[in-house]
Parts: sequence; structure tokens; C-alpha cells
Amino acid sequence: MIEVKNLTKKYGSHLAVNNISFKIEKGNVYGFLGPNGAGKSTTMNIITGCLAATDGTVLIDGHDIFDEPDKAKKHIGYLPEIPPLYSDMTPFEYLSFVAEAKRVSPNLRYPQVKEVIAVTGLEDHCDRLIKNLSKGYKQRVGIAQAMLGDPDVIILDEPTVGLDPKQIIEIRELIKDLGKIKTVILSSHILAEVASVCDHIIIISHGNIVANDKIDKLVSGYSDVSGYSMTISDPGSALNSLLDAIDLLTGSECRYEEIREGICITVNTSNGDDLREKLFDLLISFNVKILELKRLATTLEDVFLRLTEDNYSLPGNDDTDNTTDEEYEENDEDGSTSDGDEENDDEDDDKNDDDDDDGYTSLFSTSGGER
Amino acid sequence: MFAIYKKELRSYFSNVIGWLFIAFLLFFTGIFATSINLKQMSASFEYVVVNASLVLLLGIPVLTMKSVADEKGQKTDKLLYSLPMKASSIIIGKYLAMVTVIFIASVVMAIYPIIISLYGIIDYTLAYTAIFGFFLLGCALSAIGLFLSSLTESMVIAAVLSFTSVLLLYIMDGAISILPADATGSFICFCVLFVILGIIAYALSKNQLVGIISAACGVIPTSVCYMLWEEKFEGLFPKLVSFLAVFDRFYNFAYGVFDITAIVYFLSVIVFFVFLTVLSLEKKRWN
Repeated sequence: MIEVKNLTKKYGSHLAVNNISFKIEKGNVYGFLGPNGAGKSTTMNIITGCLAATDGTVLIDGHDIFDEPDKAKKHIGYLPEIPPLYSDMTPFEYLSFVAEAKRVSPNLRYPQVKEVIAVTGLEDHCDRLIKNLSKGYKQRVGIAQAMLGDPDVIILDEPTVGLDPKQIIEIRELIKDLGKIKTVILSSHILAEVASVCDHIIIISHGNIVANDKIDKLVSGYSDVSGYSMTISDPGSALNSLLDAIDLLTGSECRYEEIREGICITVNTSNGDDLREKLFDLLISFNVKILELKRLATTLEDVFLRLTEDNYSLPGNDDTDNTTDEEYEENDEDGSTSDGDEENDDEDDDKNDDDDDDGYTSLFSTSGGER
Repeated sequence: MFAIYKKELRSYFSNVIGWLFIAFLLFFTGIFATSINLKQMSASFEYVVVNASLVLLLGIPVLTMKSVADEKGQKTDKLLYSLPMKASSIIIGKYLAMVTVIFIASVVMAIYPIIISLYGIIDYTLAYTAIFGFFLLGCALSAIGLFLSSLTESMVIAAVLSFTSVLLLYIMDGAISILPADATGSFICFCVLFVILGIIAYALSKNQLVGIISAACGVIPTSVCYMLWEEKFEGLFPKLVSFLAVFDRFYNFAYGVFDITAIVYFLSVIVFFVFLTVLSLEKKRWN
């Protein structure tokens, strides 16, 4: 459906996209992931004809996006990072304009506009000026616009940004429904969302593609490391010997963190066996109350962080953070991105240790740490 | 193209810009008509039109500043680029909407002579020729304004550039008399012009070599021509400047000369600047 060959984009001397190639097949939902500045938006802009590539070609249904733009662009609906809305129009006027501009035939324009308004839940707001709409509704207008013209491929750059939790679920359902009849390319920072909606993942980092595979294959390919998380009551002075014992059992160093309920110990191990029963026995032998003991499966986030970590990560930083999926989703409903933040927080901690000597106490004083 | 045309036209009248332009123009036309035709009892409406053309100094920047600059500013340019629509269709649609606003203003202006004729005898031919000339002038200046708007993301900078350009064009016919008419003076003026073009080329391409080469491409042939045919340079620069003076051509219309060459001239200016605007829009994609 879409074929990208040797795509390169340079901004002056900065190489944003480095000779990437991939294919988008019909009927799947693709997730396009990458850290900020990796080249995701640049690639999407090139594919949709908003930007010219320095080198390489993009073929949409066999038509080159730059040599045959009219034919190629007919197959695409695009929602950029910032929805391209005219604030002095109402959603209805705007969508009618886009329908006409996309050369939808006159008798189909009104029904299509009505349909996309219904599907994105804009009925009550279709006669208010766009500049008076809240961010979530503006986002919905943007998604509606991408669907007009019945394109074969819909490209959405962070479509659920700014939506309330209920609407996020609705839009995800919409994307899943769309994915059954059309091809959808979705760029997002919310890995849980990508994991639930997409079939196929492409990860881009520093302008290169580091992964291009179906989700389950990707995750299972990186499941060489399993982790365990235990929440126990405070063992008091026996803490260090307990931690040593766990290290011995798992064959790798564990970490602990003081939390409200007690102590939370996490450890990653390349030992493939299920060590839960042995850990249980160990904890009992130290006379601690076990509040939670679980085995952590490799998540998409783990894969993502491993594939996109910088070569210059500080020593002692364990990049794989074992937050559970629920905690992760809570973070993201606030709108924050967790992946980049983890690495930054670790770096800040290391720097702050030095700053204390100057009499400056950081805003983030941590309890607990690594051994 | 019609989709863009309708949207732009609707935008001119749902915002204040379209109304402001027309009101501004008609306000001053009214003042001059009262003063010239009614008070001074002159039968010449064309003087009213000539004076009212001063309004274009502020009117054209206001009309054109938003046209292309806003697209980049509001981030709606991505929508336009992803549509199956050629850049030329987009620009022509926008330009025709501007022309329509000027046309409406001209049509209302055309009612004035009829009203004045109730109070005296007025020469309709002269009056309507002047109004037609005014319409062409407005179209040509707004093509320039459209191009300047496409060079920047900021509406305000576009407005300032437009204002400066229209002002320069306005004083140009007066300035001709102070320009050096002798050969050496003309030669120096040409060289300065090419250096300025070189600087613009450098600014657009961010490449010193391009700037130097563009300037050299102008300066070197000119120097050669100067050394060979010195006497031809006599009065050449003033001639060039008068060629660019759009207001001058308009005044000819206003004073009754229905000059076909002037119409061709205005149309050429329009086509030239609309073409440049399309190039500018395409160029933005390459960045």
C-alpha cells in the first residue's frame, strides 16, 4: 500500500531521517513509535507530501507522492501533531470545506460530513466556532477531517492527546474499527495504547528504524529477561542480608524502594525458570509479611526502552523500570510521557548527590536507591 | 480551487478584514467626493479616484497580510499540502478572493458618479475609466502583497513589507526626477541594485556563494556593457524605475487614457507575482 524506499531527510547538516525503508500493507493498524526527535513526524510529513525528502521515494498505491501528488494524496487522510484547523470557521463549515477540497463528489459531501461528525461525537458542537472549542473537541475535528474522502490509509500523529479518558477509549475503539476496513498508521507515545490497538510496530530512533515487526513477535523476541517484584513488610535490620540472599538466588542485583506499605524489591534476571516459589520460601525464612509477589513479563515499554536507549547512558542506570501496566496507564492519562522521564530522573539523582555539598537541596529528594 | 476561493471569501467577510477594507476605501472616497465634486463643484470624479488610491497604502497590507502567512502560523499549511490540490490552485483561489473584495469595493465606488450626477453634469467615461484603472491597480498591488505574505510566517511582518513596498511604488514617480540621469550614475545604481539582489539571494539560500554569484552575474555583464556602450547608459536607470512605477500607469488611466498596454502591464505584474507566490509556497516544502 505504502512503500518507503531509502528515505533520507537532512535539515542543513542535521540528519533527521537516515535512509529508512519500510512497507505498509493493507488492512493493518501500524504503530509508529520513537523518542522525541527520532524522526517520526518528519517521516509522516514526507509520506503525506507536506515535506520534501532529501533522498528516497515514497510510493502510495504505486504512485510517487511527489511525481503524481494528486493520485497519491487521494489515498491518504492525515492528522498532524497540531490539528490544522481554521479557527474562524465552525466544524461543519470546516469539514465541508475539506470535503470539497478533497474532491468528494457534491452529492456525497453532506452525508460524509454528517457521518464523520456523528462518529467523532461532534453533533452538539458543529455550529460553534473552532476557536471556542476545547482542545479535546479540536482534536476530534482533526480526526474527523482525516476520515473525509474515504481514504485507504489514515495517518494519525498522536490522536488521543488532550482527550478525556472516556473519549480516549472511544477513539481507540474507533481506530480499531477503522483498522478493520482501512490501513491506519498511528504515532503515539502511549505504549499501552499502541499495544492494545496496533498489530504491527515500527520503532524509529535517531532517524533509523530499530524495529519493524508484529507486536507479539517483537515482545517475545526480547523476553530473555524476566523480572520479579515483591512488596513486603519492613524487615528492619535484616534488610541487607535479605537483599544479598535474593541476589544469590536470582544471579543478579536487586533494587529496593521504601513505599507506604513497606519495602518494594525488584530484580531482573536472565534465569528463565519461574523463581516465585523459591522467592516465597526465602522471604518466609526471613520472617517478613509478603504483601505482593509477582513475575513481570516483558512489556512493549521494556522493548522500546532497550531499543532506543542512548549509547551514553550513565553507568549504574538500569533503564528497564518495572512499573506495572496499571501504574503506567495512570501516568499517561495525565498526559505525561514516562519513557524519557525515567532516564532523566536517574540522571538528576546522580547530579543531585554532588549538589548537596554546595548547600543546595534538590526538589527531588529520594528515599531508597540501588545497591 | 473553488473550495479555497469560497473559504477565503467567507473568511474575509466573517472576519473584519473584508468589511474594513471596503469601509476604509469608501470612507475616503466619500470625503474626497464631497470635497472635490460637491464643494469645489468639479465635474471630474477621476480626481476623487486618484486621491482615494492613497487608501491602498494601508488597505493592501491589511487585505493581504493574512493570506499566506497565516497558513504557516496557524499550522494549517500541512492540511493544504496533504490535499490533492496543486499549489497553484491554492494560490489562485486565494488571489481571486482578494480580487473579489476589491471588485466589490470598486462596484460600490461606481455608484458615486451616478449619485453626483443628480447634482450636476459628470463625465461618465472619465469616471468609469478611472475606477477601472483603480481596480487594476488594486489587483496588481494585492498580487505583490500576496507574494510578500508568502515570504514570512508572521502577519505583522507581511503587513510591514507590503506597506513599505506600496509606499515605495507610490513615491517612485516623484523620485524619478531626483535619480541620477547621467551614464555613470546609472551604472552605479545598477551595480547597487545587483548587489542588493545578491544579498537577497544569499538570505534565501543561506549560501554565501550563491549570493556572490548572483551579484556577480549582474555586475560583470553590466560593467562590460558600460565599458563598451557608455552613452546608452544615459538616463537608463530612471527609465527602469519608471517602468516599475505602477501608480504612474494608473494615473494615465485616471486622466482618461484607456491604454491597452497599461492593461497588459498590470496583468503581467499580476501573473508575475502570483507565479512567484506559487514558487515560494513550493519552496517552503523543501525545508
